[in-house]
Amino acid sequence: MELVVSIGIGVLVGSGVWLLLRPRTFQVVIGLCLLSYAVNLFIFSTGGLRSGAAAILAPGEAGSLAQYADPVPQALVLTAIVIGFATTALLLVLLLAARGLTGTDHVDGRERGR
Amino acid sequence: MTGWMNHLVMAPIVVPMLAGSLMILAGDRWRGLAVALGLVSTLALVVLAVTMLAVADEPVVRIYRLGDWPTLFGIVLVLDRLSALMLVLAAVLGLSAFVFSLARWHRAGAHFHPLFQFQLMGLNGAFLTGDLFNLFVFFEVMLAASYGMALHGSGTARVRAGLHYIVINLLASLLFLIGVSAVYGIAGTLNIADLAMRMRDIAAGDRAVLEAGLAVLGIAFLVKAAMWPLGFWLPGTYSAASAPAAAILSILSKVGVYAILRVWLLLFGAEAGASAGFGGGWLLVGGLLTIAFGSVAVLATQNLSRLAGASVLVSSGTLLAAIGAGQVSVTGGALFYLASSVLAIGAFFLLIELVERGREVGADVLAVTREAFGAGAEEDEADAHEEVGVAIPGTVAILGSAFMACAVLLAGLPPLSGFLAKFAILAPLLGHGDAGLPAANWALLAALVLSGLATVIALLRAGIEVFWASPAAKAPRVGLVEIAPVGLLLALCVALTVGAGPVMGYMQATAQSLHAPQDYLGAVTGAPARAPRGGE
Repeated sequence: MELVVSIGIGVLVGSGVWLLLRPRTFQVVIGLCLLSYAVNLFIFSTGGLRSGAAAILAPGEAGSLAQYADPVPQALVLTAIVIGFATTALLLVLLLAARGLTGTDHVDGRERGR
Repeated sequence: MTGWMNHLVMAPIVVPMLAGSLMILAGDRWRGLAVALGLVSTLALVVLAVTMLAVADEPVVRIYRLGDWPTLFGIVLVLDRLSALMLVLAAVLGLSAFVFSLARWHRAGAHFHPLFQFQLMGLNGAFLTGDLFNLFVFFEVMLAASYGMALHGSGTARVRAGLHYIVINLLASLLFLIGVSAVYGIAGTLNIADLAMRMRDIAAGDRAVLEAGLAVLGIAFLVKAAMWPLGFWLPGTYSAASAPAAAILSILSKVGVYAILRVWLLLFGAEAGASAGFGGGWLLVGGLLTIAFGSVAVLATQNLSRLAGASVLVSSGTLLAAIGAGQVSVTGGALFYLASSVLAIGAFFLLIELVERGREVGADVLAVTREAFGAGAEEDEADAHEEVGVAIPGTVAILGSAFMACAVLLAGLPPLSGFLAKFAILAPLLGHGDAGLPAANWALLAALVLSGLATVIALLRAGIEVFWASPAAKAPRVGLVEIAPVGLLLALCVALTVGAGPVMGYMQATAQSLHAPQDYLGAVTGAPARAPRGGE
């Protein structure tokens, strides 16, 4: 499972970085989305990967990370998702505004060589 | 300290949050209400911040446990000398920018007032929090509001610069998250003080990963602080932003510096075991390169707003290099420099708008030289707004002397606080006398002096061009609400100069508690001699 998650994060980061370096605003937005997915997976994996473990203690049992999934990364990833979602939405609005004002979807607001 | 005083620590976050929320409810139709709320909130923040500064000036570090959870389970807010100092700076700058905006800028777009309040909330939260992830959340509050502030007034130049600003900061936020989660994965805590206590006991195999995580975190901070290869976004964004927005944005780069000061000095102090001093060389070298780049940028630009942006780079570089030098008294000087430069740069950004207003006629004459430098169309929307205020006699004289004060402050010339600040950084570097100085000290010394020279040359040139060489077709019309904030900020710089003794004492005490953070660690973790626990 560790290998699959690592490869998944790696592929997402690679694609995200490549798209981020492209000149079109839409590619940049998609690149940022892929990167934020990768980061979310990374945060999630820092609690240790374990299938079928609950994050909430059962009553009357002593908590131990041997039986339970670490709830903190899950809380963190939730916050990160919400914030990433909101800022990406803002960026999309700005993308449209930039397209309308400059007449091009180049990130610098003008085509190269013009 | 009485009961309600305990809750005072929370107030700088709650007050702007409530004010901002009420303003959203009021909407843009009842602007008078929003203005009144904003005034009450910013004034209250100044009073609160000054109160907290008075409260914080003692070795006791106050903590506030949100929801009264035990420290290591819940999130804590921490009030010590450094956070109180930053709160005061943010509040004063906020008040000035807010009053300035009342002349006309607050009508230039929707939701200016709520965004402004949330901006202050994010700043105050970032200064108060004692938890890495909570720091991320307040960074995001601050940045989300700053995106709106940078775009306030709209226009092609702002949208183009804003796009770069937002993309770069989103990327920095992702790096922040990677750093925070790597730290959590190894150390198992996000509380900065608790993390500092655990630094020594991290297993040798895990230490590299932890240091890598903290380095990634540091990169996220340094993007905010605009260290050299990470700071190219700054002059463009700040010069495109409207004057009050640029003034309040200029403290955002200091938040990066604050985070470095707080986290780096806590985690990599003498008690960090094998990690002590990790990355100090990078800070010093990066700071020096930033000073060099900023000085070249200051000399290269003919546009006043970009000049102000470049001087933000110089001040960031100076702070980073001085922190990287890692001496207590140099850090004290750097804190004095921080206070002085935040006030001076804020005043400069506000002043530029007033000065440029008078130049709209003369700008045509200069169009030829300006075109050669590729800075042509920055004033295209300035004509669109009606001019406000009456032409008070002697406006040009007032603007001129304010400009001169800003120049003296930014360049670090006597007699104002900029000089004292640079002196306070340089004196300890030279302090050892007979023993040979290390090369790093010489480099920092040279960088500070040369960057001052570059700033003097650039500002002299700009001042001559603006006040003497331009044909004085008409005096700019400047309202009292516009010049008063500039006056307030400059008067505070004068106050820093006159009261340099006690202020410097405060800064040195701050630097000492930053370099030897036993009080901070003891107050937050609650047990100075807690049984050490290893990593996972």
